[in-house]
Amino acid sequence: MKTLPSHLPLLLRVLRDPHAAAGLDAAGWDLLMRQALSAEMSAILLVLLEDAGLLEQAPAAARVHLEWARTAGERHAQAVRYEVTQIGRALAGLDLPLILLKGSAYAMAGLEAGRGRLFSDIDILVPKAQLNAVEAALMLHGWASTRQDAYDQRYYREWMHELPPMEHLRRGNVIDVHHAILPETAAVRPDPAKLRAAAVALPGFATSMPSLHTLAPQDMVLHCAVHLFSEGEFSHGTRNLFDLHRLLLEFGRQDGFWDGLPARARELELGRPLFYALRYCRRLLGTPVPEATLRATAADGPGQPLRALMDGLFLRALLPAHPSCAGPLTPLANGMLYIRGNWLRMPFLMLTRHLFHKAFLSPDAKAAH
Amino acid sequence: MLTVADLPQCELAACLAGPGLVLRTGPFANRIRSDIPQLVDGIALLYADYPVDAPGGFADFHLSLQRAGGLRRFFRPQVCFSHEGATPFQPLPLAQAYPMFEWVMNWCVSHRAHSYLIIHAAVLERHGRAIILPAPPGSGKSTLCAALVTRGWRLLSDEMTLVRLDDGVVLPLPRPVSLKNESIAIIRAYAPDAVLSPPVENTNKGTIAHLKAPPASISRAGETAQPAFIVFPRFEAGAPLTLAPMGKARAFMGVAENAFNYQVLGMRGFTALGRLIDATAAYEFRYSKLDEAVQFFERLARDGA
Repeated sequence: MKTLPSHLPLLLRVLRDPHAAAGLDAAGWDLLMRQALSAEMSAILLVLLEDAGLLEQAPAAARVHLEWARTAGERHAQAVRYEVTQIGRALAGLDLPLILLKGSAYAMAGLEAGRGRLFSDIDILVPKAQLNAVEAALMLHGWASTRQDAYDQRYYREWMHELPPMEHLRRGNVIDVHHAILPETAAVRPDPAKLRAAAVALPGFATSMPSLHTLAPQDMVLHCAVHLFSEGEFSHGTRNLFDLHRLLLEFGRQDGFWDGLPARARELELGRPLFYALRYCRRLLGTPVPEATLRATAADGPGQPLRALMDGLFLRALLPAHPSCAGPLTPLANGMLYIRGNWLRMPFLMLTRHLFHKAFLSPDAKAAH
Repeated sequence: MLTVADLPQCELAACLAGPGLVLRTGPFANRIRSDIPQLVDGIALLYADYPVDAPGGFADFHLSLQRAGGLRRFFRPQVCFSHEGATPFQPLPLAQAYPMFEWVMNWCVSHRAHSYLIIHAAVLERHGRAIILPAPPGSGKSTLCAALVTRGWRLLSDEMTLVRLDDGVVLPLPRPVSLKNESIAIIRAYAPDAVLSPPVENTNKGTIAHLKAPPASISRAGETAQPAFIVFPRFEAGAPLTLAPMGKARAFMGVAENAFNYQVLGMRGFTALGRLIDATAAYEFRYSKLDEAVQFFERLARDGA
């Protein structure tokens, strides 16, 4: 199955090559802006058009929207710096490396993938042994668990790889404290100690803070991949795939990045998500991947007919979640991936129990009934 | 220019059910799609004088309000708002389709249009002076706004004051004035000729009806206005009319608290609000009689401070 760029939704064509926006008429810009909005990529679109020197060619009405996105993006970037500083201060006494994950890592490390990227939570990775100390320190500084329901608390604390999300009482910002990158109940559990050992310190931030780290480049890509391809929910699929694309483009220029990536993936039991990441980045975004890396990861992919099925699912779910990109099979693909996402998270009996509880017993469910 | 009134009702309904109606409100083009008859009626009544763009161009906001599907068609029917494929809000009972439409029209502007400092405030103009009435719900802001509008004031906006960041002028966004509970009867009595939409009961704000914006305000939606006063109104039964000057700092904080996007705008919001406060005189205003209040505002706009 070959994916021709001309068959892709407009937003993906512009993400592959911003010059695809150059010849658009008013209706084309209307569609492009809408697809970007629904993918939460308006500020990313602005960055791409500006870098390509194409902003002036956008019609005035679209430029107004892009400037709105710039304002929201700048505010977001400022808020992230502030929030990370506050988290750092709260954890200053604990003598632990503060490892930022996902969006906040891209932003604080000044990566391409962070430019124009909006996200709602700040994710950090800490050693499991220090989870209680981290939680207590955050509570002392104004964060509180958002899930008070006993079942939810147990769900997170026993089965998941993170504390229940904590929200700052005054600022309302949410932090997710992880001790691993996949749930305790999942079949595959990459060793977080290996990730922490390879983590990279960010150059000088405030001295009063624990040193900030991000995952090493290969691990950052693998985390991004496993996060995207184990999820059950793809409303931000295009944006997350574009994160991968930008990480691969930027890190791919570093010596040894591509050569070591397949081996590192296998070491962390993440060969399959890497296979998907490379496959769908290439298909949908035209990401350049060296032949040798493709050959080295080929064996980690699923065999037929599963591969054809996964193509059918991911090539639908990774398109922007906009009605203009939806085909007749999109809802089915999203539904199957939702079940798959939960399936990967926990064994069948446990999942059945969990979904039963969520549907009929939790306070949310009772409110809905 | 083509207006909603130029479209026969069946054409309007077909437009809304099909490609969408592109309605111009102030600086924005809104493409609206809906299959709900009350909404067609509401738009025909309250938006008759608004310009309509040809479909197929660029629209700022794309709103869809449809009847919820499945069994909900027959059992307690609902209206569902969707925005670019997402449904950011819970569906509401179908009878509340029109108030929901007005509400989501506001939402589209307030959470995205960051070329303006957007203040939760009514704003009206008379004798070249714009008066901004910021206020939390229950202060009688909309009642006062509706009363002034029926006495010849130009409506710039009932819900959202758009202060342009570049130059500090107010951009008109005249739309129907929302009236709640007792205000509906008060305005009916105050201006028997005013056009009001049928009241909708049991919304989360009580009973709601909308007052049609005056045609003269709509046709002048392109003319910006200079802000002259910021008046924080408070309705208090039996109270004598009083006007108390407010210090600049308190006025600044009072407006900031009522702004939708002050935080998002960062430094530019601070600068714009500072300039607005410098350019205006701010007051706290207490009233109990609508007539007295309207006369007072007339003097304020005519004579200045």
